Amino acid sequence: MQISGAQMVIEALIAEEVEVVFGYPGGAIMNVYDEIYKQRSFQHVLTRHEQAAVHAAEGYAKATGKVGVAMITSGPGFTNGVTGLADAYMDSIPLVVISGQVPMSLIGTDAFQEIDAVGISRPCTKHNYLVTDAADLPRILKEAFYIARTGRPGPVHVDIPKDVTAQIAKFDYSKEVDLETYKPNTKGNSRQIKKAIEAIASAKRPLLYLGGGIINANAAELVREFSTMTQIPAVETFMARGTLRFDDPLLISMLGMHGSYAANMAMSETDLVIGLGARFDDRVTGKLSEFAKNAQIIHVDIDPASISKLVNAHFPIVGDVKNVLEQMIPLAKEQVDPKRYEAWHNTIANFNKLHPLSYKEEGDRLKPQWVVERIGQLLGDGANISTDVGQHQMWSAQFYPFTRPRQWISSGGLGTMGFGFPAAMGVKRADMDRVSINITGDGSILMNIQELMTAVEYKLPVINVILNNNFLGMVRQWQTLFYDKRHSSTDLSMQPDFVKLAEAFGGVGYRVTTKEEFDAALKDAVEKNVVAIIDVVVNRFENVLPMVPAGGSLFNMMLEYKEK
Amino acid sequence: MMEQTERRVISVIVMNEASVLSRIAGLFSGRGYNIESLTVAPIPESKYSRITIVTAGSVRVVEQITKQLHKLIPVLKVYEHADLVETEMAMVKIPMSESLGDIEALTHAYNGRIVDVGSDTMIVMVADEPLRVSHFLDAIKRFHPKEIVRSGSVALER
Repeated sequence: MQISGAQMVIEALIAEEVEVVFGYPGGAIMNVYDEIYKQRSFQHVLTRHEQAAVHAAEGYAKATGKVGVAMITSGPGFTNGVTGLADAYMDSIPLVVISGQVPMSLIGTDAFQEIDAVGISRPCTKHNYLVTDAADLPRILKEAFYIARTGRPGPVHVDIPKDVTAQIAKFDYSKEVDLETYKPNTKGNSRQIKKAIEAIASAKRPLLYLGGGIINANAAELVREFSTMTQIPAVETFMARGTLRFDDPLLISMLGMHGSYAANMAMSETDLVIGLGARFDDRVTGKLSEFAKNAQIIHVDIDPASISKLVNAHFPIVGDVKNVLEQMIPLAKEQVDPKRYEAWHNTIANFNKLHPLSYKEEGDRLKPQWVVERIGQLLGDGANISTDVGQHQMWSAQFYPFTRPRQWISSGGLGTMGFGFPAAMGVKRADMDRVSINITGDGSILMNIQELMTAVEYKLPVINVILNNNFLGMVRQWQTLFYDKRHSSTDLSMQPDFVKLAEAFGGVGYRVTTKEEFDAALKDAVEKNVVAIIDVVVNRFENVLPMVPAGGSLFNMMLEYKEK
Repeated sequence: MMEQTERRVISVIVMNEASVLSRIAGLFSGRGYNIESLTVAPIPESKYSRITIVTAGSVRVVEQITKQLHKLIPVLKVYEHADLVETEMAMVKIPMSESLGDIEALTHAYNGRIVDVGSDTMIVMVADEPLRVSHFLDAIKRFHPKEIVRSGSVALER
């Protein structure tokens, strides 16, 4: 079949069974948009900013496990999308981002809207391509999807000059991907697995350390089976929320900088860490030399570079965590005595009793933690929760009653403010039957507020719940704790009227100051099933606690803050 | 905890394609690894190139470098072990006023020769183990070299 490069892009997206593309047109990508106009196989969602297009694709990818697709133009269109690429790279989200480029003859001449796109995307993508001949396009696009979803998933960027999209060449998409230099190892080494099981069977205080790789590998069910069978308690990283149900007695909580006392103490006391798809990030470990000091480490990860990068693994197992668990479960059934850990369970129960995750109700102002809990009580499993970045994000991770994987969509590695709303649109597009909530802050929401228009136009009724404290709260918290209360540029007393703002775009807005008002607003927004902002006035000076100060030891937590 | 830093040679076989060098160089700069020298050339009659990188780092850092190199899609093989035969070349421009015979004898001792003689200057080259090349460059100082160029190491596993 002889077709144009632009038509090849469409044919490839159809062959990959893409159902939605988030994007924003411009000069260099117009040939492709012309073909998008002519086709009926997938939907194109016009976001109002390229960054939002990539975040929406991320939200879609995280909610479905499929590859998210975004399309942007050259120059500023591309640079606007870079934050999304970097975000997806840090959180291992499978994306294919296609950008237009100036024609080949103009590359290198500082042409209008020209930028060295692959030069910029190289350090924030799993791989990237500059297509110089339409004849290469079918292979490159097929490789792009393959690389994005296999191994440790990640974003792949394909930059296509305008003349290449006009060039006619042969399209054959049937050839299987065969990359001599890229063959991800997905099956764990069975000898290492055997040794790991022996270590588990002889450990006294083993601890499952669950990471986001479990979600990517669709391995949560197996983790549940493994933990129930062995009765080994578990802590989750921020990225792994939803792996175990919130009410699973074996789930201690989230660990790390804002992890629970019990989770961090368990990590400090364990004699065997069973790391599954987690990468020992600095926000998890605190001071490395004090981290899990008494423990041997089993580390299962698809990415060999993650193993022994920061913490030396005694039992390194490279493989897809799902495959590895399938190998581990029958061995554990034979060898691990689930009654062995009773004393350990008691220790953890005591940690929990001593300092449970909690907050104090005081005064008239709503507590942000209450709002998160309340959303959970009212919507529970029926909602998918996206967030922006900051205090609201940590309270959401701490207090939402997660019941399943892919329910929790948040920017963990890069910490991208402005992620939540567009991601929540992508989540809604992926899962129309559930309510898509974006828990956000009064700082973050303004970073992609223009997406109100997209959400209204495409009927993607995201409910944005602003935990409004008139502050860039997390930075304010650090200023309070570590900068002697010099609140430099974090006071957001100057604010728009969020109710009117929502209405101006055709959504609905609520201003909420009491519990009753919050319940009424959330119920109304869910019933109306429209794009909404619920602007919740919360306690201004609430801190996220516990807190392990950056670089501190996990067991050295700040449990409460007292005015000096 | 300070970890022992040592010089290491890493030999990388990559697909000979556009931008592969920038991927490797960018990996080193982006992750804060150091490059002492880097050479690259196509492997004859193949679709690959070989890149030889001399770096310095602790065992842990060098292990990370190796793994991160492996992660790059166009990288086929990474050799990082002591058993590499290593050679480097250097060229030196020397004024014609210096003693030709002495210079010839010295370069000869380091697998070298005079490669060019002009009216004002001559150029000599040597090819030897990097440490010996350094020795040669020390020794040649007495002949008042005007310019020196080193090629960086190339290496083959034994």
